[in-house]
Amino acid sequence: MSIFVDKNTRLVVQGITGKEGQFHTRQCFAYGTGVVAGVTPGKGGQKMDNIPVFNTVNEAVKKTGANCSMIFVPPPFAADAILEAADAGIELIVTITEGIPVLDMMKVKNYIAGKKSRIIGPNCPGIITPGECKVGIMPGHIHKPGGPIGVVSRSGTLTYEVVHQLTQKGIGQTTCIGIGGDPVNGTNFIDCLDAFQKDPETKGIVMVGEIGGTAEEEAAEFISKNVSKPVIGFIAGLTAPPGRRMGHAGAIISGKSGTAQGKIAAMKKSGIHICENLGVLGKLCASVFGYA
Amino acid sequence: MKIHEYQAKELFKKYGVPVPAGGVAFTPEEAAGIAGTLGGFPVVVKAQIHAGGRGKGGGVKLSNSLEEAKNSAAGIIGMNLVTHQTGTEGKLVKKVLVEQGLSIQKELYLGIIPDRASAKIVIMASEAGGMDIEEVAEKTPEKIIKIFVDPLAGIYPYHCRDAAFGLNLPAGAVKEFSAMLKNLYSLFVDYDCSLLEINPLVITTDGAVIALDAKINFDDNALFRHKDILEYRDFDEEEPLEVEASKFNLNYIKMDGNVGNMVNGAGLAMATMDIIKLAGAEPANFLDVGGGASAEMVENGFRIILGDKNVKGIFINIFGGILRCDVLAEGVVQAAKKTGITVPVVIRMEGTNVEMGRKILSESGLNLITAIDLQDAAQKVAQIVRA
Repeated sequence: MSIFVDKNTRLVVQGITGKEGQFHTRQCFAYGTGVVAGVTPGKGGQKMDNIPVFNTVNEAVKKTGANCSMIFVPPPFAADAILEAADAGIELIVTITEGIPVLDMMKVKNYIAGKKSRIIGPNCPGIITPGECKVGIMPGHIHKPGGPIGVVSRSGTLTYEVVHQLTQKGIGQTTCIGIGGDPVNGTNFIDCLDAFQKDPETKGIVMVGEIGGTAEEEAAEFISKNVSKPVIGFIAGLTAPPGRRMGHAGAIISGKSGTAQGKIAAMKKSGIHICENLGVLGKLCASVFGYA
Repeated sequence: MKIHEYQAKELFKKYGVPVPAGGVAFTPEEAAGIAGTLGGFPVVVKAQIHAGGRGKGGGVKLSNSLEEAKNSAAGIIGMNLVTHQTGTEGKLVKKVLVEQGLSIQKELYLGIIPDRASAKIVIMASEAGGMDIEEVAEKTPEKIIKIFVDPLAGIYPYHCRDAAFGLNLPAGAVKEFSAMLKNLYSLFVDYDCSLLEINPLVITTDGAVIALDAKINFDDNALFRHKDILEYRDFDEEEPLEVEASKFNLNYIKMDGNVGNMVNGAGLAMATMDIIKLAGAEPANFLDVGGGASAEMVENGFRIILGDKNVKGIFINIFGGILRCDVLAEGVVQAAKKTGITVPVVIRMEGTNVEMGRKILSESGLNLITAIDLQDAAQKVAQIVRA
C-alpha cells in the first residue's frame, strides 16, 4: 500500500514542453509512472515523445482519464494552472513551481477548500511511492520500494538525504512526500500523518520540518492524539538567525515564533523521537524502527 | 523586501491614508528646510533605517525650533543606530524623516499580515499602541483583536466595524477609521505585502486618525508584478555580499562564524549550518546554490564565501540526485582552480556516481578534503578552523 499515488495514477504534466517539464516527464516515465498526457496551451495535437499534448487540462482529462497533475508552469501563471486542474476534476495536483506569490496561493487554497482536489506543494520535490509511481523531481533510484516507512518533509534535498540514509540502512519506504517550503501550501503535515496512520503498510514515519510557521507544532499536537505509529522528527534551522528568509519563502523566524527550538520542544512533548544530528539519522531510524 | 518608513508613507498617501505632514532629508540643512515648511513646532526627526526600536536607540528626536531640528538631524544622520533589531553592530543612518508633531489623544496598533495556517488575511488591532506588539501578544493576548478576511471575498464594512468598535474608538472616529482600514487592505493586496504595520496609529486631540508610523514588507515572490516597488530598494540597508550573491541568483545570508558553506537546497543548507555548530564550530553563512548546483553556481558561490574575510575553511555539502556527483566534482575542481581558493575545502557529496566524483576530487591536485559522510565532514572542517 501507499498514500496518494500508486500504479493506477494517471499523470498529466502541465508545462510538459518546457525544459524542466520535458526532462522530468521523461524521468517519471522511465521510473514507471503512468504518464498519460501533457498540457501546453497552443501546442495541442503535438506529442512529447509518445505522450499526447493538449491545449487544456479539461481536454486532457476527457481524452485520457488523467487523475493526477504535475505542474511546471512558471510562478506568474501557476495559480491559473492549479485552478484549471482543480476545475477539470484532477484529484491530486502536485505543484513543483517555486516562487508563487503568497497571495495567489492563499486565493487558490480558499477556492479549493471543499472541493475534492488535493494540492501537494508548491515549491516541493513532489511525491513518490517507490517502485510504483514518481510524480516529481526527486531522484528515483535512492528510494527502496516495499516500505515500511513513510516520509514527509518541507524540504527537497534534505528529503533525499533522509531517504538515502534510510535506504542505506536497508529501510524501505511506502511513500515519500515533499509538502514544500512555501508559507501557504496545500497538503500539510497533518494530512500526510493521518494518511500514513491509516495505511496498513506504513509502520513508522519520518517527519522533516524546518523553521517558520507553526505546522510542526500543530502536527505534534495531532500526533499525540491520533498517531500510534513511531515518528522520528528532524528540524532544520537551529542556527538560523531570526527575521531572515532562509532560502525557502516559508523558512523564517518571526519574533519568537517559528524557532527550531520551539518546534523540537513541542515534538518531544508529543512523544516524537527527535534526531538532533542529521549525520546519524539513519542510525536512529534503524534503532527506533527495529532494524538495528 | 523591506522599505523605509518615508517610502511606506508615500504609498499610504497614494491610498488616502492620512500621515503627518513631512519629508525626507539627507543633510541637517535639508532637515531644517523641511521643518520650516511644517507650520509650527514641535517637529519630529526620525532616523530612516530598516529596523524597529529606533526611538529607544536614540534615533527619534523632538525639536522645538529650526535650530534644534537642524541639530537633531546632525546628531542622527551619520550615527550608528543600535536597536534590538539591528544586532550589536547597529546600522549607519543616512537619512531622516522630518514631520510635524501631533497632539495625541490615543495610540493604537494596527497590522495586516497573511496567516499561513488559515490562508486568510489577518487584520490585527490593539488599544495597546506604541508598545512592542510581540510583547503584548505574549503577555496580554486578549488585548489584540484578530479579524480574518477571506482573500477571495475581500474586505467588507463589517470587518472594519469589528475593528473600530473593538478598539473602543470615539464615535466620531469610527467612520474615518473604517475608510482608512479599507484603503490599507487595498494597498496590502494590490502590492502583495507580507506585512503592513502602523504602530502607533493615533487619534489626535481634535479627533483625526493618523498613521504616525508606517512599516511595509513585500512578498519577494510577487515583486515581478510590482516594478515600481523595486525603485524603493535601498542597497545601503543590505549586506554587500548578499547584494552581490543576489546578482547570481544565489541565496546567501552572512553570519558571524568562520566556516563557509555551500549546499544544494535550502533545507539541507540549514541542516548543514546546524551540524557545523554541533561539531563545535560556527557557520559563516547560509548558501543555497539550488537543487541543480551547476559549475557556474559553485564558482560564484566560492567567490561570495571568500569575500567574507572571517572564513577559515569551507564545507561543501551536495546531495547529487539527478545532478551526478562526477559532473559536480568536475565543476568544483574547475571553480576552485579559477577562483584560487585560499582556505581548506572539505567536500561531502553523496548520491549518483559518488565514487567517480570522489576520485576526481582526490586526483585534482587541489587542497580538497573529501569526507565519507556528513558527520565526518563536519568534524573535519571544525578541526581545521580550530587549528
